Amino acid sequence: MVILFYIAAIVAILAALGVVLQKTPVYSALLLIVVLCSLAVIYLLLGAEFIAFIQVIVYAGAIMVLFVLVIMLLNARRETPGQGSRMARWLGGPLLVVFLAEIVLAAWRQFPGAASPPPLNAGPAAIGQLLFRSYVLPFEVTSILILVAILGAVVLAKKS
Amino acid sequence: MTPVQALDFIRVLPEIVLASCAILVMVAEPFVSARHTAALAWVSLIGIVAAGAGNAWMRRFSGPAFGGSIAADPFASYFVYLLLLAAALTLLGSVRYLETNQVHHGEFYALLLLGTTGACLMVAATELIMIFIGLEISSISTYILAGFRRADKRSNEACLKYFLLGSFATAFLLYGIAFIYGLTGTTNLVQLSEKLSAPGARPPLLWIALILAFVGLGFKVSTVPFHIWTPDVYQGAPAPVTAFLSVAPKAAAFAVILRVFLGGLASAGALVFWLLWISALLTMCLGNLAALWQTNIKRLLAYSAIAHAGYVLVGMAAAKAAGPEAGEGIASVLFYLAAYALMNVAAFILVAHLAGAGERYQEADDCTGLAYQRPGVAACLTLLLVSLSGFPATAGFFAKFYVFRAAIHAHLIGLTLVAVLNSVVAVYYYLRVVVAMYMREGNPRASASPLPWPLGAALALSLVGIFYLGLFPTPFVRLANLAASPLP
Repeated sequence: MVILFYIAAIVAILAALGVVLQKTPVYSALLLIVVLCSLAVIYLLLGAEFIAFIQVIVYAGAIMVLFVLVIMLLNARRETPGQGSRMARWLGGPLLVVFLAEIVLAAWRQFPGAASPPPLNAGPAAIGQLLFRSYVLPFEVTSILILVAILGAVVLAKKS
Repeated sequence: MTPVQALDFIRVLPEIVLASCAILVMVAEPFVSARHTAALAWVSLIGIVAAGAGNAWMRRFSGPAFGGSIAADPFASYFVYLLLLAAALTLLGSVRYLETNQVHHGEFYALLLLGTTGACLMVAATELIMIFIGLEISSISTYILAGFRRADKRSNEACLKYFLLGSFATAFLLYGIAFIYGLTGTTNLVQLSEKLSAPGARPPLLWIALILAFVGLGFKVSTVPFHIWTPDVYQGAPAPVTAFLSVAPKAAAFAVILRVFLGGLASAGALVFWLLWISALLTMCLGNLAALWQTNIKRLLAYSAIAHAGYVLVGMAAAKAAGPEAGEGIASVLFYLAAYALMNVAAFILVAHLAGAGERYQEADDCTGLAYQRPGVAACLTLLLVSLSGFPATAGFFAKFYVFRAAIHAHLIGLTLVAVLNSVVAVYYYLRVVVAMYMREGNPRASASPLPWPLGAALALSLVGIFYLGLFPTPFVRLANLAASPLP
């Protein structure tokens, strides 16, 4: 279990780095699928089978297909590297290091040694309870969000 | 937890009315003949008024709804009125603008109403996930509205810039929320405040969560250094949209900052205070200094909007510093936002009119000699600018007065001094436009056509409000105090 977790976690981190550093958009999108799939493995290890399957079906399946399709439709080529801002290099780099160090340190202090996560109650029934009881309002209001996005696509892309 | 009841729906009545009205406008639009599209504006206005009536009626049923996702309390109610007012004034100011600039009506009004719905959800939300969704609804609506003049390059630029930077900022907020959930196991603000105030509860990474959330919200209210998008977007977006953009999402984000940083995360005292203090200082100074060099009226008002956000943050820092007596600072922030909403929406919709078709005349010099051709319009703009600079007898004066008083009571003498000096500097750039209108002879290039009556009505309404707040602030202060009281 622990070994499987480390494999999935390392693959996820490497693939995520690849998404950012890769110059060709299609490769970035394909690497993102790898990230999502290895996250699904971690969910599976946590005992959240339903979330794991949804992750693969919805994200890696449906949404990423759209991503790749749009990238191909737009015929996006290799990015030409820009100048890169000096501030990003001198301020962003050190900040990133501090940020990462703090997270690692805090996690170390809070969970010394290998802690096994508590068993999760994440079956479809539990998720249904959460979605339609505790979080019913955010869930329903998301429909307005999607409506706004559709309206926007129509407004901005319509032939005048 | 109990299943959903009718009472839950009553407590989100304004949002339901607004969203239904938006859908009605959207569906009706294809069936309305081209000559009668203005009717859609009146339908939307009726929707806004109905939402306001719903908000008034709802007062008898205050309390949390939908399992603590949202709360109908005086605080939310105050902000809902404020947002509806901003939406109504924008609507009145945009009817003729849409005709002269040949923009599609139906979608514009629908997006305006949906954006207001999102902002209303934000101010009432007591759950971080709900806040996030409300923020996204209001942001995405305004991204689209900013790009509404599709033939105009600057509008496209504004839309894209706002969208890209806005999405980036939202990601920061979401990251902060994820940290907060990971550290405390809850996203509900009430439970969060209970967990964090328990003795010995000091999650180690809380400061990162706080800073990330503050960056996300700071972008929405354009605090320095997250203000870079503001001048370009305010200049490029259609002027009535800028009017809405500079008030509604901003006021809603301030409400969220109050609820999250002074409510849910209140026990993380010192860090929140210094975040507010530093951003107040930077925002005031940079906004005002940059405004000094602007010749374009829309950019000038954009920097002035940044500076005003700085004064609001002074009030918040005061509320934070006052500890248990935070009520005065919060009330001063609420009063300030009301005055700001009246002044800013009116100023931008008036600029929309002056800029003419295609918004060609936005420079201060384009108004040269306007006072001789259109004394009424020039007087209107003068009063608005004078109020923005904070002259006595106008709303701007008491807004600043209450914020500064709260800051002095909280012993923030240095910050108050800087704020006072800043408001003196601000007089210079506001009055430059007035000088161009009155003191210099010449033919104004700005549109000298008479004011269309909906715009006139909106201006009259805001001027009455500005003088009411400027001459008889006491009843309104009592209202703001009432709205500020339930916040812990």
